Amino acid sequence: MERVAWLIILAPLAGVLLNGLLGRRLGKRLVGVIACSAIFVAFIAAALCFRHLVQLDADERALHVPGFVWLPVGALQVSFGILLDPLSVVMALVVTGVGLLIHIYSIGYMAHDENYSRYFTWLNLFTASMLLLVLADSFLVLFVGWELVALCSYLLIGFWFERKSAAAAGNKAFMVNRVGDVGFLVGLLLIFATFGTFDYSGVFASAGAKLQVGGPIVTAITLLLFIGATGKSAQIPLYVWLPDAMEGPTPVSALIHAATMVTAGVYMVARCSILYAMAPVSMTVVAYVGAATALFAASIGLVQNDIKRVLAYSTISQIGYMFLACGVGAFAVGIFHLMTHAFFKALLFLCAGSVIHSLHDEMDIRRMGGLRSRMPVTYGTFVIGSLAISGIIPLAGFCSKDQILWHALADGNAAYWAVAALAAGMTAFYMFRLVFKTFWGESRVDRDLEPHVHESPSVMTLPLVGLAILSVIGGWVSFPLVARGDFFGHFLDPTFAPALAIIQGEVAAEHVGLAKELVMSLIALGIAASGIVLAYLAYVREPGVAAGFARGLPRLYRLVLDKYRVDETYARLFVQPGHAAAQGLWRGLDVSIIDGAVNGVAWIVGRMADGLRLLHTGYVRSYALAMAMGVVAILLYMLYS
Amino acid sequence: MAAIPTSHYIMLSAALFAVGVLGVLIRRNAIVIFLAIELMLNAVNLAFVAMARHMGPVATKMGGATGLVDAMQGQVFVIFVLAVAGAEVAVGLAIIVALFRHKRTLDVDEVNLMKW
Repeated sequence: MERVAWLIILAPLAGVLLNGLLGRRLGKRLVGVIACSAIFVAFIAAALCFRHLVQLDADERALHVPGFVWLPVGALQVSFGILLDPLSVVMALVVTGVGLLIHIYSIGYMAHDENYSRYFTWLNLFTASMLLLVLADSFLVLFVGWELVALCSYLLIGFWFERKSAAAAGNKAFMVNRVGDVGFLVGLLLIFATFGTFDYSGVFASAGAKLQVGGPIVTAITLLLFIGATGKSAQIPLYVWLPDAMEGPTPVSALIHAATMVTAGVYMVARCSILYAMAPVSMTVVAYVGAATALFAASIGLVQNDIKRVLAYSTISQIGYMFLACGVGAFAVGIFHLMTHAFFKALLFLCAGSVIHSLHDEMDIRRMGGLRSRMPVTYGTFVIGSLAISGIIPLAGFCSKDQILWHALADGNAAYWAVAALAAGMTAFYMFRLVFKTFWGESRVDRDLEPHVHESPSVMTLPLVGLAILSVIGGWVSFPLVARGDFFGHFLDPTFAPALAIIQGEVAAEHVGLAKELVMSLIALGIAASGIVLAYLAYVREPGVAAGFARGLPRLYRLVLDKYRVDETYARLFVQPGHAAAQGLWRGLDVSIIDGAVNGVAWIVGRMADGLRLLHTGYVRSYALAMAMGVVAILLYMLYS
Repeated sequence: MAAIPTSHYIMLSAALFAVGVLGVLIRRNAIVIFLAIELMLNAVNLAFVAMARHMGPVATKMGGATGLVDAMQGQVFVIFVLAVAGAEVAVGLAIIVALFRHKRTLDVDEVNLMKW
């Protein structure tokens, strides 16, 4: 089993090497095959590890696959190894499974791009890094994966770097991530200072002994790590890079900015569930930030006109749900939503990509419409994805969202539920706004593009179908309201049991009846359905209503359309002072002082030379005179000293 | 007849040397400068020989017999100087001839290509 575990990471890395070094010479077809096979191998390996784990008893479901000692520095012994436990295997399956479908889709999407091999190299590198992140057995290895995925995100967002906006977006993503990473690093250092090791086994086993519940150290650690998570997972206040990241190719948006990288923060919080369970303050912060972000981002998504931006804000909002779940102690539910979200969000992005592809890079939904007859598969799968994300029974989104809402109420409080439910309503509304504006109604497509609109090739539509199937049945591993229907939760039990023990020790477990849960589910379904109906009324029945709203409340509309001007605020508060400071330091320090010193030395030498060259008269007799004077001087010295 | 005191020789040598130095510094003709250099060399020769005699007889062993002979160091050094002077004259005159072929003049003030 050891070798198989390593294969999960090494297969994509092999793809990176092959495509990276030989890509240009191998030709597009072979490059695509290599890249997809690498991910396929990783998926099979992950599946084998999963099967192995399932066969073990619950207590033993944590296999440590040691690698090599990476940094032996005195007291610090950092080793590089893999931890195979339910959480990491589930994540690995999601990453490789969804990743495989996206790789296959990319073969079609990027077919006309000349940088084909570079694209697949970075995509494989990203997958390898993400797998490293989730399979790591120590915080330091996690951090290596963390940084590598940030690098790949930068490379892929700025894939078409000749476009200034893409290059700027890549920079922005990396820099905002970096800001979060400062917090993450300080948290890591604090962990090392407290535990003397970075390994999960060392930290989590002795957490109870070395830290006191609710104490300052564990709160500090968890809050600092969470700051890193807000950067990576695009929550308030560090979400600003994700909408800009839509500059990258759409499969990249699907893989990195929907299914996998942005979920790394959630994974990290879930992995550190013991630490978070011991810090109720941090849990509250996590839940607050998650809920607030869910609502905030959903509200921005209501009015955006770029199809990918709507999906981006939707992603930010849904990750807020995941953090809300973790924040109230339902870690398994958070991870479950991570998985279902990966399915339907990747599906939605790939469908959007299909539309964009056939409309020759048109992304504005005001110039779409009436596409459902021309692109039936894309339309059908997009609707399935929208139903899933809106939380309609019995699709995957319902299973996970319903559980989140329930736990928000039962383990949290009514306010959490209200915020989450409101955001769910908004989600349904904006998703079906997309459906109606893109696929229904009269075609507002550009005249020249009209005749060429066609369904995408099967290499792109087959992954759509695959993801659609997953969006339907993917939630059935943990169906709410059904007794003993929570296979997913039971599988993840061993990972989260210690954390849940701490939490339930604090809070008296409420015994709530099934009836109340059923009622809340129905209310949630009703809210989602009403969102869909409202969207139908606003965009199909009375198309002028939405525009009327916009005209009636112009200031509010402009504010939300401009994303509450957060980017502009950050620019004024941080970016411009930073620029000014950099300019000041450059002029005052680098140019004036350092360059001045170096140039000054040269200038002095030059002036001295100017003076001394006057000695070269070329006049032989003056030389002779100089020699004679020298002799006299020596003589005098010898006679009189 | 009393011997000429050594100091007279030294003073003469110094005077000759000074004249030589002045010649080098003041004259413009290359060959005259050469003359002045030779003058300096010969002044030094004179000083050597005078000092050699001044050092007086010294006990010396020669082929088994021991006797008193005037010190030889000064004289030998003069021979060296003469030889070197000769070689130097050969080289220097060659340079002057080459210079004349280029510039058609013996005026050292004209040789100022190394001026800044």
